[in-house]
Amino acid sequence: MSTAISELRTISTGDAIREGLTEVAIKNPSVIFFAEGVADPSSVYGTIAGLSKHIGKERIIEMPVAENALTGVAIGAAMVGKRPVLSFHRVEFALLAMEQIVNNAAKAHYISRGRHRVPLVIRLVVGRGWGQGPEHSQSLETMFALVPGLKVVMPTYPRDAKGMAVAAVEDDNPVIMIEHRWCHYARGQVPSGYYAEALDGPRAVHEGKDLTIVSSSYMTLEAVRAAEQLEKLGYSATVFDLRVVRPLILDRVFASVARTGRLMTVDTGFRKFGIGAEIVSETVVNCYDALKAAPVRIGLPDHPTPSSRGLIPGIYPDAARILREAGTELCVDQDRIEAAVAELEVQRKGLPIDVPDPFFKGPF
Amino acid sequence: MTDLTVSQTPTAQKLLHEMLFIRLVEETIAARYAEQEMRCPIHLSVGQEAAAVGVCQALRPADRVFSTHRCHAHYLAKGGDLRPMLAEIYGKAAGCIGGRGGSMHLTDPEKGMIASVPIVASSIPLAVGSALADRIDGADRVSVAFFGDASVEEGVFHESANFASLNKLPVLFVCENNLYSVYTPLAQRQPARPLAEVVSGHAMKVLSADGNDVEAVLRASLEAAEHARSGKGPVFLVFNTYRWREHCGPNFDNQLGYRTEAEYLEWRARDPIECLKSKLASSGDLDERDLQKTQEEMQREIDDAFEFARAAPLPDPSQASQFVYA
Ligand SMILES: Cc1ncc(C[n+]2csc(CCOP(=O)(O)OP(=O)(O)O)c2C)c(N)n1
Ligand SMILES: [Mg+2]
Repeated sequence: MSTAISELRTISTGDAIREGLTEVAIKNPSVIFFAEGVADPSSVYGTIAGLSKHIGKERIIEMPVAENALTGVAIGAAMVGKRPVLSFHRVEFALLAMEQIVNNAAKAHYISRGRHRVPLVIRLVVGRGWGQGPEHSQSLETMFALVPGLKVVMPTYPRDAKGMAVAAVEDDNPVIMIEHRWCHYARGQVPSGYYAEALDGPRAVHEGKDLTIVSSSYMTLEAVRAAEQLEKLGYSATVFDLRVVRPLILDRVFASVARTGRLMTVDTGFRKFGIGAEIVSETVVNCYDALKAAPVRIGLPDHPTPSSRGLIPGIYPDAARILREAGTELCVDQDRIEAAVAELEVQRKGLPIDVPDPFFKGPF
Repeated sequence: MTDLTVSQTPTAQKLLHEMLFIRLVEETIAARYAEQEMRCPIHLSVGQEAAAVGVCQALRPADRVFSTHRCHAHYLAKGGDLRPMLAEIYGKAAGCIGGRGGSMHLTDPEKGMIASVPIVASSIPLAVGSALADRIDGADRVSVAFFGDASVEEGVFHESANFASLNKLPVLFVCENNLYSVYTPLAQRQPARPLAEVVSGHAMKVLSADGNDVEAVLRASLEAAEHARSGKGPVFLVFNTYRWREHCGPNFDNQLGYRTEAEYLEWRARDPIECLKSKLASSGDLDERDLQKTQEEMQREIDDAFEFARAAPLPDPSQASQFVYA
């Protein structure tokens, strides 16, 4: 982290992203913002609120409800020197812009033999909870991760989120930044001032020796919680927050698996064809001899996510599921695992399934 | 099924009752939302009932309707059943789609409420496809796409309009212009021109009417349906109206400042229900006592339906994996 600072404050990931975007916009006059309701009372959940106090109004552009065209407009502006930041309230709304993202944003540099650059950030929010239902809660990072030319990042913790937002804007490539809505509320210590957090791969957020867990976005918070429970049983896991889905840089994961011999991945999106599938595949090839057990992948089941809280149980991975899978992977006595799971249940204090467990707010 | 014919034009009384029923349902949703039993986002149409009712009363039962995130009024106006609607919003197994979608996906295919899709403009081409199928089959049916003023900003709206016009398909493109997309007024999203002109390049018939005058909406819709049904092609209908409550949720939100209280009060004074009532009163056709009785009966039916939905069982989690493939 290149930082010449600063004061640490405890703030949320959502606020940290706002700080990062504001800092980079103040520093670099090429940065421009697009969103539906770009300066409305919500300003994309507060993540781009107050920009007009710092930069000219001409750099804060209201977009009509026309995602495909406006993404293309942003790409065009980027090709001639601007650094647009587009914010979408849901991943789903960017699906209308897939053509522009995949054909223009991801390929302009390649096709032009490097003559063009597309320094563009597209922010997508994953909705979850309160019956969002099948078309307002999808975590489709794999769809973007599939495409060479795009970078895909998923910040979790506030300190990373601020620095990664800055790095994404500074980057000369199109960066898709996928933000889980619940992560916006996670709190932690964040330096004031300008700093960039290199988009250089996973970060170990919990250290252990028996199991390597690679998780992304909100699932990292659940994985760390599971790892903490596991410790009470005398086992330990290293948890990596993946942070950068593409380019997928796994050296740190390989080094960890070389020590633990065991790998678990936890996806925010689908398990099948998920990020975990790619991570497991790469790890098996690189660490074949070190593996003591078959790697395990956790993620969403093979169907859409319905609205009703009656249909939700079992769909989203959580600390309990991670703990059980870890127990199996490490051959821990099942009764002891269930006792640890029961503790988590108690901590949840009977909260309904469609609202977040307050643990996730930290501070971390 | 024997279709209603145009000669059976609904009476003003009928229009009033239809609007009132929708209003009472949605006001009850608003009143009970804080109980936290309806656990999904809701987009109320309170204030916009005339558009839904005026259009749907111009349709035949076999005609098909497609809607958006703001679909409660369309669902009810097309004859969708109340209990499955509320059960859906309550996330219950008895919901119209078993709790899979919640408030934004209301569906009742038997009543011609084919689909509600909460992605802006996403259901517009579906209506065109339905009309295309009818054209191929020689069916005497009209398909309706309901959408808001933001939908015409999407490419898919224009692509759909082009294709429907090219093939003279029996589609009604119904734009309920409530002046806002979430918090953003039209003036920040579209150039200053009447919304009706947005399709002028697509060579189709355009009709607009006061969206808070249910009889005017009905007249325009009857003309449009007749035009489309007789093979003359699609019609773009624009009805200016106003959403009273917040974009998403049960509350009023004028205090946020994205629109003025004065603007709200102006529209509120043009309540489609009150407007029709005073019209009926001035021609001596309003029996206040009778209406009061009807309203009480409606509220009882509504309260029963809420009780049904609240008490109904949740779906079993095992159902979540069903119907991925046909
Ligand atoms: C493609 C897409 N972009 C953005 C959204 C977010 N969104 C939901 S409703 C809405 C407002 C739409 O306004 P309008 O079409 O006028 O309908 P109204 O809500 O006023 O009835 C927006 C922008 C969405 N659902 N889909
Ligand atoms: Mg609108």
